[in-house]
Amino acid sequence: MIHRETLTQLSADLRARKVSSVELVRTFLARIEASQPTLNAFVSITAEQALADAEAADRRLAGGGGGALEGVPIGHKDLFCTAGVRTSCGSRMLANFVSPYDATVVARLKAAGAVMLGKLNMDEFAMGSSNETSHFGPVRNPWNTALVPGGSSGGSAAAVAARLLPAATATDTGGSIRQPAAFCGITGIKPTYGRVSRYGMIAFASSLDQGGVLAASAEDAARVLREMAGFDPRDSTSVDTPVPDYLAGLGAPLQGVRIGVMKEFFDTGLDPEYERRVREALAVFERLGARVREVSLPNLPLSVPVYYVVAPAECSSNLARYDGVRFGHRCRDPRDLQDLYKRSRSEGFGAEVKRRIMTGTYVLSAGYYDAYYLKAQRVRRLISADFERAFGEVDLLMGPTTPTAAFALGAKTADPITMYLNDIYTISANLAGLPAMSVPCGFAAGLPVGLQIIGPHFAEQALLHAAHRYQLETDWHQRIPEQYA
Amino acid sequence: MALTREQVENIAHLARLELEAGEIPQFQQNLSRIVDFIGELERADTAGVAPMAHPLPGLAQRLRPDAVTERDEHELYQKNAPQVAAGLYLVPKVIE
Repeated sequence: MIHRETLTQLSADLRARKVSSVELVRTFLARIEASQPTLNAFVSITAEQALADAEAADRRLAGGGGGALEGVPIGHKDLFCTAGVRTSCGSRMLANFVSPYDATVVARLKAAGAVMLGKLNMDEFAMGSSNETSHFGPVRNPWNTALVPGGSSGGSAAAVAARLLPAATATDTGGSIRQPAAFCGITGIKPTYGRVSRYGMIAFASSLDQGGVLAASAEDAARVLREMAGFDPRDSTSVDTPVPDYLAGLGAPLQGVRIGVMKEFFDTGLDPEYERRVREALAVFERLGARVREVSLPNLPLSVPVYYVVAPAECSSNLARYDGVRFGHRCRDPRDLQDLYKRSRSEGFGAEVKRRIMTGTYVLSAGYYDAYYLKAQRVRRLISADFERAFGEVDLLMGPTTPTAAFALGAKTADPITMYLNDIYTISANLAGLPAMSVPCGFAAGLPVGLQIIGPHFAEQALLHAAHRYQLETDWHQRIPEQYA
Repeated sequence: MALTREQVENIAHLARLELEAGEIPQFQQNLSRIVDFIGELERADTAGVAPMAHPLPGLAQRLRPDAVTERDEHELYQKNAPQVAAGLYLVPKVIE
């Protein structure tokens, strides 16, 4: 069955002309259409354009040409701008917004020959951990449709897990790539801050947002990231440092690699069966020759409160642009300019986005700025320093991606803090700008479990190599939900 | 710390949001919970620690050459505007 092949295999088959891009696109489009009433992973399906692009890719492949991902079907999280295609960011505010240009990530993957099949559902403005805040309805977890797929990149994760796509783009501000990867049993990588261009990526929290990949394996993720990453003069926070070939030396031995197990991640909130799976994964690394030892990062437990000051503050500032004037939702018959602003924003944003805008407005307002915003930025430095110290002693850090496996729809919507605590193990990597992955490492009560790997700045290659080496020893990443197998 | 109804209304106004009367108690409850939660930071000892605004240490914001790089594409961009006339964005009358 063609949909079960890895992106790496499909790419080789395309190159060898064993399969055409048109065949692949038709196969995956049929799977997308069939899954849509159940999973709701897509906001837009761009079938016509995809078939035209696939034909063009096939012509290039026939001529022996084409890019590194020529003819490979992919999808984009609906916060990457795609020229001429609606980019909704999961919000009513942008429900009719048609991007005038391509995000750099989109342009680069297009230039590499990848064929976009559609735009993937997500939490509204990437604010959420369950994909329940989307204006276009929740996405469901392909392992059990009563459960959430995680968020905010829930559509991207569900689509790859159900093999509706071999890979998809995603973004991670506090865990939005890794948490859904863990919940859906797939591989996800959030690169170092500044590694992937944010140009054309709709902003949520500018000092935390980073684009990355969700795929079926570390090797597939490396193949896509290699095309996405790199300096972009259009993003002032893009870092001008060369992109190594993430595929070169994949599978190199882990002999002597020093792995630190983050003590603070094995707290009372961690599900015992989830913990057993993570410990079993650590034992595999040990067997492969890595030196595994416990390390302490004492300020990590403060990550969530720091995040819920910094992220809402940046969000309230970024989302001030939605004023009903230049683009986005506008209310009917505004009485005056104030009424235009207020009603357009109140009608256009959902409850979680409003909560975050208001939290951010509060912590930035006169009299509270020092107590909350500056204080959070100081603690952010303490967390970052903890990592720096740890990376003086070890090469990689490991722990669970989430405290539990996927939860039921509606289980955590009543209290925002309960939802926020779901990102307790993922947020710290964003605060420190570090690259981090989630890799499937087994099942707890029948649901996928994620092993998190965090590395020093720009150590994507080391993360991908470790994950790939682990995936040569295990087959958790090859498991597909029965209904989609 | 419990936020009062007036505080919530004031925050909403600063954020240019209009809450319906029926929604306010819910926001009041949620925001009070969030403010309590982030209040935990108070306990952290940050004496002598400088605030960190950029996640990559030691990197300064890059400057670009002061040169014209963008073309005038207002027609393309204004396709997404709710109301335009003669290349201008229309809003309700501001000056009587």
